[in-house]
Amino acid sequence: MLYRETGQFKTTYAADMAVFPLRQDRIGLAVILAAALTLPFVAGEYMLSAVMIPLLIFALATIGLNLLVGYTGLLSLGTAGFMGVGAYACYKLTTFFPDVNIVVWILVSGFFSAGVGALFGLPSLRIKGFYLAVATLAAQFFLQWCFTRIPWLYNNNISGAIEVPGRTLFGEFVTGPNASAEMRYLVVLAVVALLTWIASNLVHGRIGRSWMAVRDMDIAAELIGIRLLPTKLLAFAVSSFYCGVAGALMVFLWYGSAEPEVFSINQSFLILFMVIIGGLGSLIGSFFGAALIYVLPIALKAVPPLFGLSIAAATVEHMTFMIVGALIIGFLIAEPHGLARLWQTGKQKLRTWPFPY
Amino acid sequence: MGRTGYRYLAAAVAGCLAAGAVALPAAAAEDSNFVPLFTYRTGPFSGSGIPIANGMRDYLEMLNQRDGGIGGAKIAIEECETGYDTKKGLECYEAVKGKNPVMINPWSTGITLPLIPKAKVDKIPVLSMAYGLSASALGDTFPWVFNPPNTYWDGLSMIIRYIGEQEGGLDKLKGKKLGYIYLDAGFGKEPIPMFEQFAKDLGFELKLYPVAATDMQNQSSQWLGVRRDRPDYMVMYGWGALNPTAIKEAVRINYPMAKFISIWWPSEDDAKSAGDGAKGFKELNWHGVGTDFPVIKDIQKLVVDKGLSQVAKDKVGEVLYNRGVYNSMLIAEAIRNAQKLTGKKAVTGEDVRRGLETIDLTPARLKELGMEGFTDPLKLTCSDHNGHGATFMQEWNGEKYVKVSGPLKPMTDKVEPLVQSAAKDYAEKNTGWPKRTEVCDKAS
Repeated sequence: MLYRETGQFKTTYAADMAVFPLRQDRIGLAVILAAALTLPFVAGEYMLSAVMIPLLIFALATIGLNLLVGYTGLLSLGTAGFMGVGAYACYKLTTFFPDVNIVVWILVSGFFSAGVGALFGLPSLRIKGFYLAVATLAAQFFLQWCFTRIPWLYNNNISGAIEVPGRTLFGEFVTGPNASAEMRYLVVLAVVALLTWIASNLVHGRIGRSWMAVRDMDIAAELIGIRLLPTKLLAFAVSSFYCGVAGALMVFLWYGSAEPEVFSINQSFLILFMVIIGGLGSLIGSFFGAALIYVLPIALKAVPPLFGLSIAAATVEHMTFMIVGALIIGFLIAEPHGLARLWQTGKQKLRTWPFPY
Repeated sequence: MGRTGYRYLAAAVAGCLAAGAVALPAAAAEDSNFVPLFTYRTGPFSGSGIPIANGMRDYLEMLNQRDGGIGGAKIAIEECETGYDTKKGLECYEAVKGKNPVMINPWSTGITLPLIPKAKVDKIPVLSMAYGLSASALGDTFPWVFNPPNTYWDGLSMIIRYIGEQEGGLDKLKGKKLGYIYLDAGFGKEPIPMFEQFAKDLGFELKLYPVAATDMQNQSSQWLGVRRDRPDYMVMYGWGALNPTAIKEAVRINYPMAKFISIWWPSEDDAKSAGDGAKGFKELNWHGVGTDFPVIKDIQKLVVDKGLSQVAKDKVGEVLYNRGVYNSMLIAEAIRNAQKLTGKKAVTGEDVRRGLETIDLTPARLKELGMEGFTDPLKLTCSDHNGHGATFMQEWNGEKYVKVSGPLKPMTDKVEPLVQSAAKDYAEKNTGWPKRTEVCDKAS
């Protein structure tokens, strides 16, 4: 009834091709952005630093992997490695050039990650599917090995970890222990919103279409004039860029210090699961996936105290595992194409509500 | 999922709820001190995490039961499950930060490192008992971080000292071969520069066998290397599943167990799982094992027998359980000192930091605590946040660990310069590392 395009006429090609053709969608997006911007004024520090910042960072990494797995159809298990490249690149850059603004370095470090990603994407021309997954697994292990074994990367720190120095933006600390949660959140939000907007433009344009053509059938794509190698490498580079920025954000604006263990294979799997559960080939799905896998356990932990129950921490953890596992299976049975498809179906139903035909 | 499916799910959830240990709600009296415990009863490190969590909780619970808390203020205990995962640890930290915690015990080096710079800003001291950053022993640089009673560098120097004693003098180590098997993370890598220095000074050969955290349960290649190199002694710095696997592999290749020496982390279960062959396995320790101490008896009587603990009765008194007790004793002493210094019942993190700096466990004080013979005296000062006390070697006899050496002192001349330079290095790399401004209290 409310959610309906009746009366909204498209009079130009641009309006017809818009990412959000419905006025209601545009209003919804504006409301979400406004809510995200007002959150620091209403939410507590816990909400910002332990829920929202991780959620946005994971969503960014998930978008990065989704560009590769969901849009181009290339399976990658090296996500955590590429995130690590971003984090270590940012660390080295800010060590050498401490006066350059850290946000610049966070974005620039993505290019290092993109380079490494493109390099490890080279085999993708020859191998596909599970075999490519194994090739990217090699990237994961090799990169993690580098983070552990090359002391230059962590400035010969005796504990083998990187420690984030305090850096400022507009005179306020954004990294280090003195950075306020609000400041960190706003920076993360700005970077994630900007990169999501760019990703949305990418996938709706020529590049995204060529990726999807390669995904759906690479021989057909080649026949209609898409060159496979540059297209696939570009997908690897862009995907790694996003992961690299996410990794840099994770270490600089969330953790504050990191051991190589942070970029282990488990992290890669976690993000792959976010992609699959959120929905392959969907940007909003990336946010859903990150929310389901990262935020749901935290939300579940908060449930027993609401009812005045005090359950041992470990029991809650076990139950969270079981409930999240059951929910994942439940969602995938209900909709094998992920939460994004569920969202689409919901919107479709809403359009015809209350008189479905 | 059909309707029956939901019903099964609901039943399963209800079952979990019923089966789960439902603890008493934390007391929210006006005078209470909030002690969050970061525990890991789940995940690959839970083998080490569970006994520690039980020991820590039970000692504090015993104080609540026996004395009504500390100095008339109850201890509000809250566990937060980290699973030894840095992400979850940081989430726990954010969750407890606003509730005025008196201190944080991260129980993971990975969680300790991000908390070190935050401690000063948030005014919450960090107690990383014999783990974390070795350099944080230096109170002048790290006023908010404490790591008593020993650093990993102390531990290594004590192991070398012990090996020297076995061989009849440190000079006898010349030409020998020492193997070092370690968790390939900050914790295991930290001692390497010192080990290499020892190898140069004493003239022995050092062989490194790193174990990645992902392959803790698969060490066959490392032990193949050991079989080939035949080191005269093996030194181990392991945690979680690394320890039992290493002991099993050592038994499998018939490595002489008497020459296999570990830092203080392996538990009874780690040695037991390797069977009889593990007899003779050695590790450092600084506190008693078993239940023959008044403090452990009190815990048994007031906590375990009343069903207030999650521990299995026969696990009370195990190495890591007692270590948890020792850790909680330090927490309690710090709170007590803080109360004395400030005259308040409910203290803050700032007060407890002062309390930690004035910890002075004299033999008389240990006796009062019911810990006579349990551990050596310990004194912390403003500049020394560690104590660098003596430890002893204990040997696995197939059933329990027994003490087999006299006190082993750390080689301060070797450790001290390293601590100093590491602390200086840390402060330099973290540009703008704050100078100590905290005033020093006289020991009460």
